[in-house]
Amino acid sequence: MVIEKTAVAGTLESSDVQVTVEPAADLALAIESSVLNQYGRQIKATVEETLGRLGVTTGHVSVVDKGALDCTIKARVEAAVFRSCDASASDIPWGGAVRS
Amino acid sequence: MTKITRPRPSKDRLRRTMMFMNAQRPGLIKDAYIYGCDSIILDLEDAVAVNQKDAARFSLYHALTEVDYGDTEVIVRINGLDTEYWREDVRVCVAGGADGIRIAKCESADMVRQVEAAVEAAEREFGVEVGRTLLMAALESPLGIMNAYEICTASDRMLGCAISGGDFRQSMHVQIEPDGVEMQAARGQMLLAARAAGVQCLDTMYPNLDDEEGFRREVDLVARMGFDGKSVINPKQIAYIHERFAPTPKQIAHAEKIARSCRAQSEAGIGVYVVDGKMVDPPFYKEAERIIELAKKCGVYHGDL
Amino acid sequence: MINAVGRDIPDYLLTDGREVYQGRFAKDGRVIKRDSPACVVREKPTADKLVGTIREACEKCGVHDGMTISFHSEFRNGDYTASQVVKVLVEELGVRDLRVAATSLGDAHDLLADYIEQGIITHIESSGVRGRIGEAISHGKLKEPAIIRSHGGRPRAMMAGEVHVDVAFLAAATSDKAGNASGTGGKSNCGSLGFAIPDSQYADKVVVITDCLVDFPNVPASIKCEDVDYVVVVDQIGDPRRIASKEARFTQDPRELMMAERAADIIAALPYFTDGFSFQTGAGGPSLAVNRFLESHMREKGIKMGFALGGVTGAICNLMDKGLVGKILDTQDFDLTAIKHLEENPNHVEMSQSEYANPGSKGAYVNYLDYMVLSALEIDTKFNVNVITGSDGVVRGAPGGHPDTAASSKCCIIVTPLVRGRMATVCKDVTTVTTPGECVDVLVTDYGTAVNPARQDIIDCLDAAGIPHVSIESLQERAYAIVGEPDPLEWEDRVVAVVEARDGTILDVIRQIKPYSLDK
Repeated sequence: MVIEKTAVAGTLESSDVQVTVEPAADLALAIESSVLNQYGRQIKATVEETLGRLGVTTGHVSVVDKGALDCTIKARVEAAVFRSCDASASDIPWGGAVRS
Repeated sequence: MTKITRPRPSKDRLRRTMMFMNAQRPGLIKDAYIYGCDSIILDLEDAVAVNQKDAARFSLYHALTEVDYGDTEVIVRINGLDTEYWREDVRVCVAGGADGIRIAKCESADMVRQVEAAVEAAEREFGVEVGRTLLMAALESPLGIMNAYEICTASDRMLGCAISGGDFRQSMHVQIEPDGVEMQAARGQMLLAARAAGVQCLDTMYPNLDDEEGFRREVDLVARMGFDGKSVINPKQIAYIHERFAPTPKQIAHAEKIARSCRAQSEAGIGVYVVDGKMVDPPFYKEAERIIELAKKCGVYHGDL
Repeated sequence: MINAVGRDIPDYLLTDGREVYQGRFAKDGRVIKRDSPACVVREKPTADKLVGTIREACEKCGVHDGMTISFHSEFRNGDYTASQVVKVLVEELGVRDLRVAATSLGDAHDLLADYIEQGIITHIESSGVRGRIGEAISHGKLKEPAIIRSHGGRPRAMMAGEVHVDVAFLAAATSDKAGNASGTGGKSNCGSLGFAIPDSQYADKVVVITDCLVDFPNVPASIKCEDVDYVVVVDQIGDPRRIASKEARFTQDPRELMMAERAADIIAALPYFTDGFSFQTGAGGPSLAVNRFLESHMREKGIKMGFALGGVTGAICNLMDKGLVGKILDTQDFDLTAIKHLEENPNHVEMSQSEYANPGSKGAYVNYLDYMVLSALEIDTKFNVNVITGSDGVVRGAPGGHPDTAASSKCCIIVTPLVRGRMATVCKDVTTVTTPGECVDVLVTDYGTAVNPARQDIIDCLDAAGIPHVSIESLQERAYAIVGEPDPLEWEDRVVAVVEARDGTILDVIRQIKPYSLDK
């Protein structure tokens, strides 16, 4: 997928993560986390893996994590990317590009 | 293709408590099972704001496929059939392997059949065993109550029906009353319909969390009426419902006595006989077996039958 | 050298008779020669000990570079005194190389963090370090490692002369002209002044600072005039709104309530639950809620609590008012209900930090404690508890009375959720050991209860009562299954803080945290 416009998903509540995606020529990832020292690399890997599954190769992705579990990180990245393409409302490829 | 990790849903499992959880709140849904409710209802409807319906489905999908809910049943309340959301709700429920779908504001057998068709299509799309996903109907209006029997018999997938007090009272122009008189007729009619259809019958949630006395009164009422369980909105409501819906030691002892004597009598070829001065015939035996079975499921049976 | 909780203590710290931790009661029975403060004798008839300003008091006390000053933390986040005094010493009197020994330091003391950053404050000894001071310590801004002591360890160290305070600046809600001081009766009340009492007895010079001067003699007094050199009256000693909350409310969080109920069930299932039993809880949500569930068990069994100990909230006061508690022995008050209760109820009495928990005394009250209910930031599969370093390795907590009560009580119950956000509370190895696992008996989490295998007696009681329990390893595995296995924290070699066991040996060290990089 190609990030067509800026989109956000998630909140800054405890156990949640807010993901913002913006169109850009390159792919860049910024991560802030309340558990950075213990989980920063795992968060990064989960975000990259999810973007990879969605075929996102360009765009700026900003992640502000408040201690979210992997399942929440994936859900927020997916929601932000699908929203950026106006494709979040229906016909989601559950179990395809969107999978656990 | 999705992989379903949850055990195959069972229509007649124990559903003393069904606890509502906002499917959009990660902190809540990750481990709602720790409180010991029989079923969790992950809510895509009223709890989720209109502009978060899409995001909630992604959360729900990953919760369903990645959180180990153990023995706790996982039902999803989908948006009403008058919205643009419900079809995608059905897809994500089936793909994620939810045990069942709660149809909000159900008023007719046709609505059940519409959802059933969408569910079956989704089961085929995602390679899920056809017929796996159960359905239940939330009856929230007088029309829903009037059509309860047709609704409960509209599909083999129906596990039961539940009355939803908030909307129902509104449509009847009544407030919640201490003795439950405002819902007496509706509860009774729905019970008759559910029992006639052979499905479960579940009561609405009690909204006032601080009114412990009122809560207990309502639990007592619906337990005596014959409901199978009750919705809850806070874990602190679980313990009393489980206590109240479990057979008492006295009931269990009596059931055991009947069951044992019946076995002995039927071996001797006798149909009707007397236990503790009361006449006992086959329906008593069936009820005794049900009590013992329920006690086992509730974890309060320590005998050897 | 590896100590009794398996922590490697650098040899260079083991000088001047300093030893590594050797076990729960390894130092029981030893003899300590008590340190004595210098005392300037006053024989003449005296009008008063009042001086006009903090500066004047400092000058009269004879300030110098490298001096050790102390404060108490009874005014918690509302404390103005520590900042006011340090500012005078640094800005007006030019003192450098300041050493601060406090019962706790926190959000009220950002100014001290500035002075640490500037190299003016060079040493910290405290029972708790929160806020920016903790950050400064963890980033290696102190010249020598900070020393973290428990509430009992602090008066022990004073008594043993391991920390010698030159001047103690002790805030009080009321004082008379001679220095009889109290935590009640003024406009900024904190209730008990128990934390300040050892300082008044062991510091060379004692300055009482109050915003409410009352008629002589202000008795009964927490700090006695015979121990006080000077009295300063200031406009405001603290922000009453931040000293104590209106009432520490019971949690409504169902998770915390569930754990509290289970902890109360466990208390009731043990043989110590008889008439006259003793009990203490922390002030955290789930610990505090245990009070509520305990009430029904006490009524059911028809027994009363003999005494409650430690930090006090309205919850235990209410239990006393219902006739269910004999005495309350109070080291600090968390809410206005507790403060008022201390003032008005003769069975609710102040207790000094030393009486409470000092392992260097002839027997502190904690030695008579049946049950202690506590929380934890982390607890590992050896039952070691950390309440001081966060998941980023930064100092941000307080052992307080945790190690003292855990070690001396008959049953120590830790109540904590299995995970907090993405932090595994139950883990393989705690970041920092603040309470040794041999002192911890039961762990109650929202995912189940585990009993220290060393306490077969407790296991038998729970089995008899039908209270389910699992191994702590299974809880740790469950936690990691939910949040993933955490990456180990990365440290520099440099030690930034020493965690002293309550007996003065070294329990653990905290090292400087390495800057974190995502790419590796």
